[in-house]
Amino acid sequence: MKKIIYILPLLLFFIIVGFFINGLNKDPRLIPSPLIGKAAPEFIIPQLIDEGKQLQQTDLKGKVLLLNFWATWCPTCRGEHDVLMEIARHKSVAMYGIDYKDKRPDAIKWLEDLGNPYHAIGFDYEGSVGIDWGVYGTPETFVIDKQGIIRYKHVGAISWQDWKQILEPIVLKLQQE
Amino acid sequence: MKTFITCIMIFFSVFIQAEDQRFSFSDPAQIERFRELTEELRCLVCQNQSLADSDAPLANDLRKRVFGLMSNGKSDDQIIEELVKVYGEFVLYRPRMTPQNYLLWFAPVLLVLIGIIIVVVMIRRRSELVQVSQTDLEKAKQLLEEEQ
Repeated sequence: MKKIIYILPLLLFFIIVGFFINGLNKDPRLIPSPLIGKAAPEFIIPQLIDEGKQLQQTDLKGKVLLLNFWATWCPTCRGEHDVLMEIARHKSVAMYGIDYKDKRPDAIKWLEDLGNPYHAIGFDYEGSVGIDWGVYGTPETFVIDKQGIIRYKHVGAISWQDWKQILEPIVLKLQQE
Repeated sequence: MKTFITCIMIFFSVFIQAEDQRFSFSDPAQIERFRELTEELRCLVCQNQSLADSDAPLANDLRKRVFGLMSNGKSDDQIIEELVKVYGEFVLYRPRMTPQNYLLWFAPVLLVLIGIIIVVVMIRRRSELVQVSQTDLEKAKQLLEEEQ
């Protein structure tokens, strides 16, 4: 009985080390979104390409879709763009974009040069839609279900692997609901 | 040298003025309130800085948001609630007193209490070990007296 007491501190030490090792493998920049499971926050903003038209959250209903926050000043978005183009080519899911705190001509040129994977793009010049959606670093992508409810959020660039292993299965599952 | 110093002073005064113009309050108490609020909230980009300290563009946007909510007459709690709703409790430097945070809040007190209990128990046990029976004591006394 007594011997067990002497082993206790060592045991406690290993438990704490276990927590630390677990912490090392986590990315502190990934902040869980409290918006998951909630309805898409309201917004009405002008569209990027067709200034006269608007994009609002009611447009994001009726089908499973991706909403991607991006900007031309964001180098990670450039890397992600090719993957988005590839996803769009497969036409398995509708993709919407929010051009976040960007310059309109830059963004239009970007799409002309690299292709446009989006069904429609909102132009969030002030970045206020970004704040309402809890965006803290582009690119960020939300998966929205048929009822307009946010079901998943991906922070950072989507790689082809991310799409195949994480996002596409979620989209396919939601499309069957 | 004097002109040089003057130049530096003028240079900095411009910055301070610019800051004031962006978030102008008529009431000094509001300025203080704004400062306190933005110091309580974490910048999500540079996570070890508060909104008040950070120069990140997002921090500036969030300061603007806080300023806007204050101007609309929202209370501190309402403003904090708005941000928590969007960014989660992560924006708070001070974790809330909710059941899931009880362990976080009370663990230090609990650990100190456990430590005190262990120390008390150990001291008691040691003092028990030192206790010598009455007969042994008398024997020892006798031996000492004999030697003398």
